[in-house]
Amino acid sequence: MVRNVVIGLLAVFLVGTGLWGYREHQEKNAILIQSENSYQRAFHDLSYQVDLLHDEIGSTLAMNSKERLSPSLAEVWKITSEAQNDLGQLPLVLMPFSKTEEFLYKVGDFSYRHAIRDLDQDPLSEEDYENLKTLYSQSEEIQKDLRQVQSLVLNDHLRWMDVELALASEDEPLDNAIVNGFNIIDEKVGGFAEVDFGAESSGLSTNDEEIEKNLTGNQINEKEALKIAKKFLDLDSVEGAQISESGDGLAYEAYTLTVPDKKHDTVTTMDITKKGGHPVWMLNERDVQKESLSLNEASENAKDFLENNDFSNMQLVESKQYDNIGVFQFAALENDVRIYSDGIVLEVALDEGDVIGYEGFSHLATQKNDRDLDVTLSKEEAENELNPNLDVKEHHVAVIENQLEEEVLCHEFYGTIGNDTYRIFINAENGREEKVEKLSNPEPVYQ
Amino acid sequence: MNQNNRVAYKRFFIVFTFLFMINMMGASGVGAFSDQVIQKGATGDDVVELQARMQYNGYYDGTIDGVFGWQTYWSVREFQENFGLEVDGLVGQSMKQMLEKATEYDKEFVHRMLREGRQFTHYGGVDKQLQKGSKGSKGSKQQPSEGKQQRTPSPEKEGRDESRGEKRPVEQEEVQPAPQQEPGEVPPDPVQQPQVNDETPSPEEEQPVPQDDEVNIEKAINVPEGYSDNDIRIMAQAVYGEARGEPYVGQVAVAAVILNRIQSPTFPNTPSGVIFEPRAFTAVADGQIWMDPDETARKAVLDAINGQDPSGYALYYFNPQTATSGWIWTRPQIKQIGKHIFCK
Repeated sequence: MVRNVVIGLLAVFLVGTGLWGYREHQEKNAILIQSENSYQRAFHDLSYQVDLLHDEIGSTLAMNSKERLSPSLAEVWKITSEAQNDLGQLPLVLMPFSKTEEFLYKVGDFSYRHAIRDLDQDPLSEEDYENLKTLYSQSEEIQKDLRQVQSLVLNDHLRWMDVELALASEDEPLDNAIVNGFNIIDEKVGGFAEVDFGAESSGLSTNDEEIEKNLTGNQINEKEALKIAKKFLDLDSVEGAQISESGDGLAYEAYTLTVPDKKHDTVTTMDITKKGGHPVWMLNERDVQKESLSLNEASENAKDFLENNDFSNMQLVESKQYDNIGVFQFAALENDVRIYSDGIVLEVALDEGDVIGYEGFSHLATQKNDRDLDVTLSKEEAENELNPNLDVKEHHVAVIENQLEEEVLCHEFYGTIGNDTYRIFINAENGREEKVEKLSNPEPVYQ
Repeated sequence: MNQNNRVAYKRFFIVFTFLFMINMMGASGVGAFSDQVIQKGATGDDVVELQARMQYNGYYDGTIDGVFGWQTYWSVREFQENFGLEVDGLVGQSMKQMLEKATEYDKEFVHRMLREGRQFTHYGGVDKQLQKGSKGSKGSKQQPSEGKQQRTPSPEKEGRDESRGEKRPVEQEEVQPAPQQEPGEVPPDPVQQPQVNDETPSPEEEQPVPQDDEVNIEKAINVPEGYSDNDIRIMAQAVYGEARGEPYVGQVAVAAVILNRIQSPTFPNTPSGVIFEPRAFTAVADGQIWMDPDETARKAVLDAINGQDPSGYALYYFNPQTATSGWIWTRPQIKQIGKHIFCK
């Protein structure tokens, strides 16, 4: 009797577990299918966009009227950005597929530049046409290969989830049809002869290479680096500091120093370049709990800090308080012209007023000589170029980097329309609006 | 016993309230501003007072939110220009004295409105009941129309210019009564009325105030250009999920990698695009990103947005102990911070 009850109970239990397991399995499958579908969608969308891209570049080539050319190039630009978006949704991050992404970026950049330029005054040159033709044939190759992969996926019912799994368990060499297909495409794109895109494709060259180019001074050793840190951090001793060297990934060579801050029982970390011994950045880990200094006093401290460390001619251009830390942006000042591309950011703790953060990447990356700082347009002339609705409040002359990442001399106007404040840069030579920014208002706290 | 207790409580509260009131008077009576020179970008009580006083005399018509933003900055400059002060946008002693003489500031009213998340204004000579919106109305866009209508008109302001030495120009305004109180706008709690007019509130209704008076005016916050507070929050979650327990510099570096990817042509161009890219971050894959981030992670993100990059322009990082991909080892390495190796 007891046995029968036990058996019965066990049977019920077994059936229950089975049902539960089956439902779990179903749910898991549903979720798997859902994520598989979103991968598939991104993938097929991608090949569709590349098809479109190819066609659109083709029609641009055949076009004669300038009025149609700009919209068509803009269309190319839009398609590349959609394709990049699709790529971003595929699990390819840890795969060498970056060449293709770079290619898309270049096509987008090229089409954007030519779409925004005034083709009436400055028509496409022979060279530009050659570039377009090259892009056309290259996009055709990508299109063909992508279609190949696509048909494979469709015919053999390949799943992107398997790609994910294959990538996750990467013990043996990858052997997955999709991955292989993408590898082939990427290799091919890598082999494309570099197209000369007119202006330097600066988006791809990074800041550290710029810093490398512009560093001045003699090579320093670890001892000197410690000495520089001691002065920079205004410490009596740098005892217990650890020092390490940067690897090959960084274009410039640098020492990384970890200096104990005994007073606050934390550490300060900073990078100093080997060439010339310039501090690149500095961060103190300290937690700032209270605010006893005003932002204004802190800004004086920041200015003193710059003076003590021989940064001459820096002007405070922006200050903001985040909780108990003041963040100050400085720009170089040359003959009363603000050089925005040459900036330094300092963080000051509002409890003791000491500098707890320094960042001078752009200061090190910009060349400091042979800038032509004479304006052709007067302030009044530049003002005529502004939107008449703008109520101008402040004016400076400034050097900024424009969208093509060239330095341009500008008139800088601060003004308001309604309750919003705008910063507008008018090219001091030709009166073009180089940059119009809506400056952010304080953000209300949403709860 | 019970009765006794209650009496004791009452007594306690009265004493407490008295102490509190004395405190308040000390704070808001003579020189309510602290000694600091208020500068653009500042936050806190002094900014609240500045905005309220500037609104009182009609120079500032934005929201009183405690952040010295652009709108406040232009108001200050306009004030300085009209009153022959040096036009530098810094609120120094002389400007503060002028403001204190010429305007009234009801600290208690303003701070309570802020605490309760009400939409409100602080124009001089207008019944404050009319100036406050309903509780929590701060979020809704529309300003109460009464407040708008009664805003001190600008000719009034010109008139003020001549009378700048005058001690109490407010009197001019008190002549102009607050017109038509709409029946629909009956305030939720009419007892507040008397206390608004004279600064001595009755003890009973003051009671709740001492308890939650940790005056923490952060009804608005500074955000860096180009990123909203929510973007910062998402990034802080990613940093927290990826690098909690790492040294602070390591957390800043992880945040910097996210930003470097946004900048890079080979990655998506938005914070969420980068963070949620499949297989990009393990914390996203295993759901750790949905934990609540701590202050440190948020600070790290802010540091990174302000330009800090301890990683040295890295686009990838990995933990050598757990990295599964062989490919990642082929990237040129930059440096190791904590457990993570950062690379190009």
